[in-house]
Amino acid sequence: MFELLGTTLPSRLLLGTAQYPSPAILADAVKASGTSVVTVSLRREMAGGRAGEKFWSLIRSLGVRILPNTAGCHSVKEAVTTAKMARDVFGTSWIKLEVIGNHDTLQPDVFGLVEAARILCEDGFDVFPYTTDDLVVAERLLEGGCKVLMPWCAPIGSALGPVNVMALRSMRGHLPGVPLIVDAGLGRPSHAANVMELGFDAVLLNTAVARAADPVGMARAFGKAVDAGREAFSSGMLEPRDVAVPSTPTIGRAVFS
Amino acid sequence: MRVLVQGAGVAGLTAAFELAVRGATVTVAEIRHALGGNASWFAGGMLAPWCERESAEQPVLDLGRDAAEWWEAVTPGQVTRAGTLVVAAPRDAGELERFASRTSGHRRVDEDEIALREPDLAGRFRRGLLFPDEAHLDPRQAMAAVHDRLSAMGVEFRFDADARHISGFDRQIDCTGMATDDDRLRGVRGEMLILRTPDVSLSRPVRLLHPRFPLYVVPRADRRFMVGATMIESHSGGPVTARSMIELLGAACALHPAFGEAEIVETGVGVRPAFPDNLPRVEARGNTVAINGLYRHGFLLAPAMARQAADLVFNHDGTKELAHETVGQRRSA
Repeated sequence: MFELLGTTLPSRLLLGTAQYPSPAILADAVKASGTSVVTVSLRREMAGGRAGEKFWSLIRSLGVRILPNTAGCHSVKEAVTTAKMARDVFGTSWIKLEVIGNHDTLQPDVFGLVEAARILCEDGFDVFPYTTDDLVVAERLLEGGCKVLMPWCAPIGSALGPVNVMALRSMRGHLPGVPLIVDAGLGRPSHAANVMELGFDAVLLNTAVARAADPVGMARAFGKAVDAGREAFSSGMLEPRDVAVPSTPTIGRAVFS
Repeated sequence: MRVLVQGAGVAGLTAAFELAVRGATVTVAEIRHALGGNASWFAGGMLAPWCERESAEQPVLDLGRDAAEWWEAVTPGQVTRAGTLVVAAPRDAGELERFASRTSGHRRVDEDEIALREPDLAGRFRRGLLFPDEAHLDPRQAMAAVHDRLSAMGVEFRFDADARHISGFDRQIDCTGMATDDDRLRGVRGEMLILRTPDVSLSRPVRLLHPRFPLYVVPRADRRFMVGATMIESHSGGPVTARSMIELLGAACALHPAFGEAEIVETGVGVRPAFPDNLPRVEARGNTVAINGLYRHGFLLAPAMARQAADLVFNHDGTKELAHETVGQRRSA
């Protein structure tokens, strides 16, 4: 169980809905992962008014909470407009805010992000900002009204896993009370377990599942990894040591004479 | 038996042929005033079931394996059997490995063989995959060829005809794609370009893998190249967007810089009908058999669907109503 903005969610895995071989496989993957929140992108489908309605209704029929996103937006204005459309289409104040600053790395434009977050928070949105692992930006987003942060662990779709563990640790350490969801860059279940062991509250991923040879199997594997990582974090892990410590001590061993 | 085929896209034309050769008296009704304008018209025309298996499920390979043979037999001279070449830029080598691991029916080719097969790509790509058993055709010419063949066989074509107002047939075959009334269907928008340049020559479809903008280029007659295609969850058939055009042209130039000097002779948009599993269905309801959901595999899967539809029509006693049944391949998972 996981408390997020006053909502209790059964799973700490959030799943994106793009790039699956078919909506049927997406539905099976959502089920297999146990996820309770899916993200859906609005931007490209807007080509003709509600021309993407059919796909959206498939997403709605999954029976999980929807976190619309502003994927592909490169400016504050675009992102704010898309967020408002998303609120109308899905009837939720939740919005995953993406303001992309670099076309190649899909790195967030943190300046635009802070500005858009402030505008949307004032307008009553619950903003989930997709940000870097920069602590100062994180603080600005919180000042702007965000109650949740979504730091990357590597560029979107890169499958690299956590590339700067020190920064992630530092963010977790500095913001103990803020729900932190690692978004983007996870490639395999061990990456998800890794960031969950660091104490992050949840992870969001898409490509690693959608583009797997068997998305349904991979979704299930990620679900388990997220649970394992969280349980390990709550159970207190052993810190690494420089010397070997036998698990069977010499002292106290039975003596046969 | 008198059969009305509704819709003269690839599904309707192939179904009309399968029915006519089995002895039915076939009429094809098409709401448009001529062949074209439908999703089939904007198709790539690749008969590439092994490549498609990268993202499609096994039935697409099983049902599409014999498509090239069907088209060769029905439209002699239309099919080019030269395989498919799949390449990736050196920095996207991982995409090539991924593609290879998801597909079969290919062999690896090195720089020398790429140069041998496609001299214009010499020195541009160091590694690739060749799918030797794949084929391609020009969808518009192939549709015209089936049309002519059907006309010669005595099949009547009625253009500008709304099939809902035509009666007096024993059976109807609904091949109207997105126009049909079926809640399960959704449209998947595909945008394409046709470029013309004398500076590039290709012998077979080439797929350029890219983590974000995968692309295929299919050579056509008169130095034309079909460049496609986007996949957008939308039923909008509106004009190509600037963003899609930039993506398609950028990828085409990455394949060969000379595409930058090409003329854009056409832009087009097709809305592909798809069921939630992106697999086609042949279904019977009352006296109607519906072929739909061909998604991005119209020319590849239409022959198999047409055969199934004809089986349904002919395996039932003409006096009995067709039962409600599905012959389409459903996903087993």
